[in-house]
Amino acid sequence: MHPELSFEQAPPIDVPFRFFLTAPLFGIAAGVLLALAGGDMLASRWTPAALAGTHLLVVGFMLQAMCGALLQFVPVAAGGNIWRPRLVATIVHPLLIVATILLATAFLSQRPMLFIGAAHGFALALGLLGIVVGVALWHTPARGPTIVALRIALVALVVTLALGIALATGIARNAEWPLLALTDLHAAWGLGGWALVLLAGVSYFVVPMFQLTPAYPAWLARGLPLALLGLLVAWSVQFAIAENSGTQGFFVGGLGVSSLFAATTLHLQHRRRRKVGDTTLLFFRTAMLALLVIFVSVLAFLALPDLRLDPRAAVWLGMLALVGVFVSAINGMLYKIVPFLNWLHLQKLCGLQALPPTMHQMIPERSMRRQFQLHLAALILLLAAVWLPVLARPAGLLFAVSCAWLGWNLLGAVNVYLRFRNRIRAGVADHRS
Amino acid sequence: MNSLTAPLREHHKHCDELFVSAEAAVVDRDWTTAQSLLIDYMAAMEAHFRTEEETLFPAFEAATGMTMGPTRMMRHEHAQMRELFGQMSMALAERDAENFASAAETLLVFMQQHNMKEENILYPMCDRGLDAQSSALGPILRERLDAACPTTC
Repeated sequence: MHPELSFEQAPPIDVPFRFFLTAPLFGIAAGVLLALAGGDMLASRWTPAALAGTHLLVVGFMLQAMCGALLQFVPVAAGGNIWRPRLVATIVHPLLIVATILLATAFLSQRPMLFIGAAHGFALALGLLGIVVGVALWHTPARGPTIVALRIALVALVVTLALGIALATGIARNAEWPLLALTDLHAAWGLGGWALVLLAGVSYFVVPMFQLTPAYPAWLARGLPLALLGLLVAWSVQFAIAENSGTQGFFVGGLGVSSLFAATTLHLQHRRRRKVGDTTLLFFRTAMLALLVIFVSVLAFLALPDLRLDPRAAVWLGMLALVGVFVSAINGMLYKIVPFLNWLHLQKLCGLQALPPTMHQMIPERSMRRQFQLHLAALILLLAAVWLPVLARPAGLLFAVSCAWLGWNLLGAVNVYLRFRNRIRAGVADHRS
Repeated sequence: MNSLTAPLREHHKHCDELFVSAEAAVVDRDWTTAQSLLIDYMAAMEAHFRTEEETLFPAFEAATGMTMGPTRMMRHEHAQMRELFGQMSMALAERDAENFASAAETLLVFMQQHNMKEENILYPMCDRGLDAQSSALGPILRERLDAACPTTC
C-alpha cells in the first residue's frame, strides 16, 4: 500500500460533470437524426446515417460519459493519481466533441477530409486520456479485479482507437483494405473490450455498493476481462491470417462470456439485501436483460440462416447493444453519480456547518422513474423499428426526448448544487437545507 | 478470517442489516419499527466509529506515525455520516418518508464507499502495521463492538 494514500484525490466536480452533461446532447442528436432520416437509416448497419448515428451514440454519448466516469473513478475507487485532471478534461472534452461532430458529418457527407480531421481529434483526445489514465492505473497501489478490468478496458480503448484511425484513413484514401472486416474488429474491441470490460469493472464495485448484493464470484470477476481480452486477441490474430473467415466462433464465445456476466449481475441483484428498489436498479436490469437478448438473438440467427442474412439482423444487435445495454447502464449510473458527487462536494464546501440537500432532493425519484419509463418505451420502439421501418421516426423522436429529459434531470441537479453553493459562499446557509 | 480487523469487517455487515431493515420499515410506513431499528442502527454505527476512533486509529497512528493520512480522512467521514444520521432521525420524527429515503440513499452510498476504503486499504494497513499488538488489541476491539449490541453481533 502507498504510505501517502490519503483518499483525498477526487478531482474538481466540473471535471466529470462536463462530460456527463454533454453525453445526453449526443443522444438527442442521434434520435433527431433517426427522426429525420426515417426507416431507410435502419435498413443496414452500413447506411451513412446508421454509421453516423452509431458514432453519435458510441463516442458522443457513451465515450463522453465513460471518460468523465474514468476521471472520477480511477482516483477515488482505484487509488490512481490522475495528472492534472482539470487540464486533461479541458483538452480532452472539447476535442471529443469536435471529433464526434466531424465523424458524424463525415459519414453523412462522405468527405475524406472530415474523416481525417475526426481521426486526428480522437487520436489527440484519447491519446492524452490513455496516457494519463494508463500511468495512474499502472502506478496505483490498489489491487483486485476492478483494477485488472480497468487496465484491460484501457488497452482495448487504445486498440479501438488505432483501428478507428486506420478505418478513417482507409475510407478517406479509398484504400483497397478489407474495411468491412476491419470494422467488425473495431466494433468488437470497442464494445466487447473497452465498453463492456469497463462496465464490468465498475459493476464489481457499484452493484454490491448500491443495492448491498453479495460480491461477484472471484472467478468471474477475474476471468471475464481476461476471457474477453483473450477472445479479442485471438480474433485479431485470425484476422491478420485470414481476414474475416473463422471469426464467428470468437464473436459467439464473447457473447457467451458476456451473458454469464449479465446473468450473474441479475442473480446478485435478485439476492440483494436492500429491499428498496430504485431507478438505477431498473436501468441496470434493462441493460443486463438486453445483453442476454443479444446472445439469444445470435443463437437464433445461427439456427435461422434466412434471418442471419437479413442486413437488419446486425442493426437489431447494434440497437440492443448501444441503446439497450450501454445507454441504459450509463443513464442509470448517472442518476447515482451526479447527485452523490453534488452532495459530496457541497459537504466539503460547508464543512459540517450546514446540511446540503440529499440525493433525491437533487433529482426527485419520480422524475428519474418517469424518464426510465420513457427510455424503455423508446428502446422497445427502436427495436420494433428495425423490422417495421414506419416506426423509425417516432422511435427516434422518443429516444431524443428521453435523452433530453435525462439532460434536464442532470441540469436540475447541477442547478440545486449551484444554488446551495452560492448560498454557502454568501454565508447565509442556515442549518436546514 | 482471524485478522485483527476481522471483527470490524463483520460489524460493517451487521450495521448494513440494521440499515436495510430500518429503510424497509419506513417504506412500509411502519414508523414504530422504523424508529426502533434506526436507534439500533445508529447505536451500532456509533459503537463502530468510537471503537475505531478511540482504539484502532490511535494504535495505528502510534505505530506508523501517520496522523494526517487515512485515519484523519476516516474520522472526517464519520462526522459526515453523523450529520446524515441527524437528517434521517429528523425525517423520521416528522414522518417524512421522502426526506428519509433521500437521506438514507445518500448515507448508503457514502457509507459503502467509506467501508470499501476501510476494508480494502486501511484495514489491511492496520493488520500489517499492528501485527505485533494484535493479540492484545483484538479482544479489545471485539469487546467494544459486542458491548454495543450484545445479542445480535
